[in-house]
Amino acid sequence: MKLKSLKFRKDDLSSPANQLEYLSNGIFKENELPYFKDKIAETGKFPLKPKKLEILQINLGYMCNQVCAHCHVDAGPDRKEIMTRETMLQCLEVISKTGAHTLDLTGGAPEMNPDFRWFVEEASKVGIKDFIVRSNLTIILANKKYHDLPEFFKKHNVHVVSSLPFYKREKTDKQRGNGVFDKSIKALQMLNEVGYAREDSKLKLDLVYNPSGAFLPTDQASMERDFKKALKEDFNIEFDNLFAITNLPISRFLEYLIASDNYEDYMYALVEAYNPAAVENVMCTNTISVSWDGWLYDCDFNQMLELKVNSKVKHISEYNEDLLNDREIVISQHCYGCTAGAGSSCQGSVA
Amino acid sequence: MSKNYYDPADLRKFGEITEWSEELGKKFFDYYGKVFEEGALSAREKSLIALAVSHVVKCPYCIDAYTKDGLQRGITKEEMMEAVHAGAAIESGATLVHGVQMMNKYKKLSM
Repeated sequence: MKLKSLKFRKDDLSSPANQLEYLSNGIFKENELPYFKDKIAETGKFPLKPKKLEILQINLGYMCNQVCAHCHVDAGPDRKEIMTRETMLQCLEVISKTGAHTLDLTGGAPEMNPDFRWFVEEASKVGIKDFIVRSNLTIILANKKYHDLPEFFKKHNVHVVSSLPFYKREKTDKQRGNGVFDKSIKALQMLNEVGYAREDSKLKLDLVYNPSGAFLPTDQASMERDFKKALKEDFNIEFDNLFAITNLPISRFLEYLIASDNYEDYMYALVEAYNPAAVENVMCTNTISVSWDGWLYDCDFNQMLELKVNSKVKHISEYNEDLLNDREIVISQHCYGCTAGAGSSCQGSVA
Repeated sequence: MSKNYYDPADLRKFGEITEWSEELGKKFFDYYGKVFEEGALSAREKSLIALAVSHVVKCPYCIDAYTKDGLQRGITKEEMMEAVHAGAAIESGATLVHGVQMMNKYKKLSM
């Protein structure tokens, strides 16, 4: 049976409030494990405050051509939340004024937003230093109308960040669906063909690795070596950097942890691997996340848990960077996912 | 007290052995940590050796721990199974090689 989103299935966990309740009860309520707030307080990090804003991450909608088993967005073809051109205009106004050096477009599959290309064209005119689009790769092959995306990305000097859970077919398809691996490989070859990640090329192509199960990622550098060797030898594919990202215990990954009876062990593993140095550079300290309907969050995960920024300014229409930088970051137990081991962020390890 | 000799949740409590003998516990965990660092052998190779030995000493905690460790390191299930066979082959070989002792004794005792 094809996987559907939690929302479509009307699963209890489709409610962010239920997820947050789950993450605050059980092993945490019974004092087996410390609340994240208490853990960071041990090293004087509570309340968590932002540093300089560097990354503006905009979620163009939750619609996606894939239904990945671990998706923290609960994205899929059945999700209809899509950013309108009106909200995009508000974003463009912010992009033209922001002090952030990186613009990061995500989703769902951001390319499925009907105004995606228009938005990229307009946003690229602003001349922000690093312009990222997070692409799931298979979208490029999903329909004829997307086949020219590599050329389009190249034209606008877009920095492509793509997920590829593993360099072998079995694990990739198990997490992301049958056939995803072969399509991803083809899409990576198409990106290489137009010049991405080639020597002397300015076009950057990074890959995202996230574990296909209830375990944490290992050292990013050694994983990158393995990926580079295997993809080059088997498929003549090149890429720039590998970002190792920890799966956070929310949404469909939380559902999987509970259903497979791995939840407690996973939370223990996250807490045991807690690294105060990772707290120092956790991504919510340099990022603002904007949802498809213009609300502001400390990160994409908080967005999915509907934990809006703790600031007078809560919507893109009233955006004020100075006021936002003065906020306290909203946290819960899912935050342990970003502080385990070498830390985890949309840019990979942080410590 | 659990009614079973082995409880998966006990693995998490391994560190608690230090509470009843801090010096020895600490020495053990320092040693253990050092052994599995990158060295002349890679941490990946040592993880596979540990997995094989875990089976030979039939330690359920160790099997859980080094299966997970292997997954984290991107070790494939084919590699893991070959490591288990390497351990099993040595273990069965160790049994079988005693067959020579049996043969020697048989010969000695027989006219």
